[in-house]
Amino acid sequence: MIWLIGLSGVAGTLTRFYAGKWINSRMSSSFPWGTWAINLSGSLLLGILFGLHDAGRLAEGVWLAVGTGFCGAYTTFSTFGYETVQLVTGGQPGRAALYVVTSVVLGLAAAGLGLACF
Amino acid sequence: MNVIALAIGGFAGTLFRYWLSEVIPPLGSGFPLGILIINLLGCFALGLLFTATPGRWRIPPQVRLGLGTGVMGAFTTFSTFSVQSAALLRSGHAATAGLYIALSVGGGLALAFAGVRLGRGLRTQGEGAP
Repeated sequence: MIWLIGLSGVAGTLTRFYAGKWINSRMSSSFPWGTWAINLSGSLLLGILFGLHDAGRLAEGVWLAVGTGFCGAYTTFSTFGYETVQLVTGGQPGRAALYVVTSVVLGLAAAGLGLACF
Repeated sequence: MNVIALAIGGFAGTLFRYWLSEVIPPLGSGFPLGILIINLLGCFALGLLFTATPGRWRIPPQVRLGLGTGVMGAFTTFSTFSVQSAALLRSGHAATAGLYIALSVGGGLALAFAGVRLGRGLRTQGEGAP
């Protein structure tokens, strides 16, 4: 089980890195669109999985691998913090505030939407 | 090389998170203490690492990527934070959810700032050394 969680975490980490790079390369803006989109989509997916698991419709192994392993490693809180600091120290406090508020509020909404699916 | 560094780091970060979140039990009203500590620690460590390197600690760029984007990226998690908050709200624990969100976001940003500041201080010292 430990190997499955770890390897799913590897998949999540690589998806975050390459998807984030791809998204940022399409956006000519200092706004961290990559991490933003990743954290919101991961919150939605984990919300759906959590709802299924809570309802007893998801096997424990799948929950641990896809939920704890993949979604946990795909989304990131440390990069969210670091990018916010970079925006503030780079003289863009308004953009930083927008990044924080939309990530938290829409992340919560996405997770709630996922939970409500089942 | 990047893929290998990210894979090793992501593997370690994911299991470190899994282990810590199992070891630290939630508080009375279901307050997710484990993930809070994980996200706060990770915010500080990533700010420090990305600011102090490569100026102060000369490590290869792949090691920096593996430790930062790999280990710290996979160790911390945004989706679990969102889902735990939403689940607390749904079960009527609005005060616990509010406290969890405030401490995660406020504390995480404060510690990311602290990490970056410390990293800058170390870098300046490093540049001043003979």
